[in-house]
Amino acid sequence: MYPENFRYTKEHEWVLVEGYTGTIGITDHAQEELGDIVYVDLPKPGAHVDQGKSLGSVESVKAVSDVYSPVSGEVTEVNQLLADSPEKLNQDPHGAAWLVKIRLSAPAEAANLMTAADYQSYIGAEK
Amino acid sequence: MVDFGGWDMPVQYSGIIEEHNAVRRAVGVFDVSHMGEIEIRGPQAAALADFVTTNNVAKLKMGQAHYSGLLYEHGGFVDDILVHKVAEDHFFLCVNASNQDKDFEHIRAHNRFDAEVENAGPRYAQLAIQGPRAQATLQKLTPVDLGAIRYYWFTDGEVAGTPACIAHTGYTGEAGFEIYVPPGEAERIWRLVLEAGAGFGIRPCGLGARNTLRLEAKMALYGHEIDASISPFEADLGWIVKLDKGEFVGRDALVRQKESGVTRKLVGFEMRGRGIGRDGYEVYLGGTPAGWVTSGSPSPTLCKNIGLCYLPIEHALAGEAIQIMIRNQPVDAVTVETPFYKRAK
Repeated sequence: MYPENFRYTKEHEWVLVEGYTGTIGITDHAQEELGDIVYVDLPKPGAHVDQGKSLGSVESVKAVSDVYSPVSGEVTEVNQLLADSPEKLNQDPHGAAWLVKIRLSAPAEAANLMTAADYQSYIGAEK
Repeated sequence: MVDFGGWDMPVQYSGIIEEHNAVRRAVGVFDVSHMGEIEIRGPQAAALADFVTTNNVAKLKMGQAHYSGLLYEHGGFVDDILVHKVAEDHFFLCVNASNQDKDFEHIRAHNRFDAEVENAGPRYAQLAIQGPRAQATLQKLTPVDLGAIRYYWFTDGEVAGTPACIAHTGYTGEAGFEIYVPPGEAERIWRLVLEAGAGFGIRPCGLGARNTLRLEAKMALYGHEIDASISPFEADLGWIVKLDKGEFVGRDALVRQKESGVTRKLVGFEMRGRGIGRDGYEVYLGGTPAGWVTSGSPSPTLCKNIGLCYLPIEHALAGEAIQIMIRNQPVDAVTVETPFYKRAK
């Protein structure tokens, strides 16, 4: 369910670090808690994001939630799929419905984050 | 699950939109056992019920129910409730979960009639079966002829062999039934209702769909459209106020308000720009703060973003251009006629 090669935040985001590129998304647990997603607001390419700061927001029928960036860097790509089909985030949050890709300014930051096993016990305890 | 006034309540089962659409198109079942019940009994029961509520209890026939307001002296809401007339000397009130104890104390404090007032919540569980196939679903579980129960009437009977009060009422804008059963039987009946509705595509529904359904039908939710600071006239609920019925708690304040006119009123809106105006967001008129959103959501039936807000009375009509401050950005919206959704008869 939760890929081993991702790192996870307490706010339910994930990041996949490959060299200096980080791909960011929200977790399956997050999409399930949010329910039917209707809007995804993301920064534009070129924007700078900081670890732990708001990256954008995800809005479901029931509520709007901030998305916090798991790592710092510059946004290089925004997933266009989500502008027209926000519901994809409910269907494939760890795959096709990634949010943004960023060029990492401090790749070592990912070491602060949870492993898949840590995250699973974290959400298990939260329930 | 969310904590809702001490009750663990599911916000959703399969998803708010799917549950919502099941109720509009087929049937859904809600466990609303958190709702409170208060019973008033005795020769003076009608006098007390009439004195603490805004609607005219004397007009109720045995087996009939109506929507009503429980007000403070200053005219603000203690709660909004359903009053059922069980017998000449017995009234059954369905009240909001989080207001139950407050309502009970309020009614007792005004009981100068020596009626018996019981906080009966623990004796009842409540299930709401709602939607165009609600009757066909529930009919499989009861010998009571459901087709004979008119809208806002109720009857005592049996559901799945258990004594139940069956009311043709609801909070969704669809036809349907609310049944009151002993708590120990609720889970069994819940499962039987799901089985009975399986062929119709029944869905168990949570608080999320309950909210989107009631909002489309413009039914008030305590803590949002109404509270202690809001009067029925402001909430566009003048129809539950019967000033000519005689004395009742809050009447003097409402008479004064009727004479002077209200300064603000509840009105519906639709978003024009991208975004959802949600509960608590500020409403602007021509760049000036003018009111606030009480409820807002995507409407699964209309595929629009809708909501309710308070505006100064002179602007509380359909067709006004407004802006809603969404995360520090003004987003265009327009006031519209309500209800947003009305079922075809």
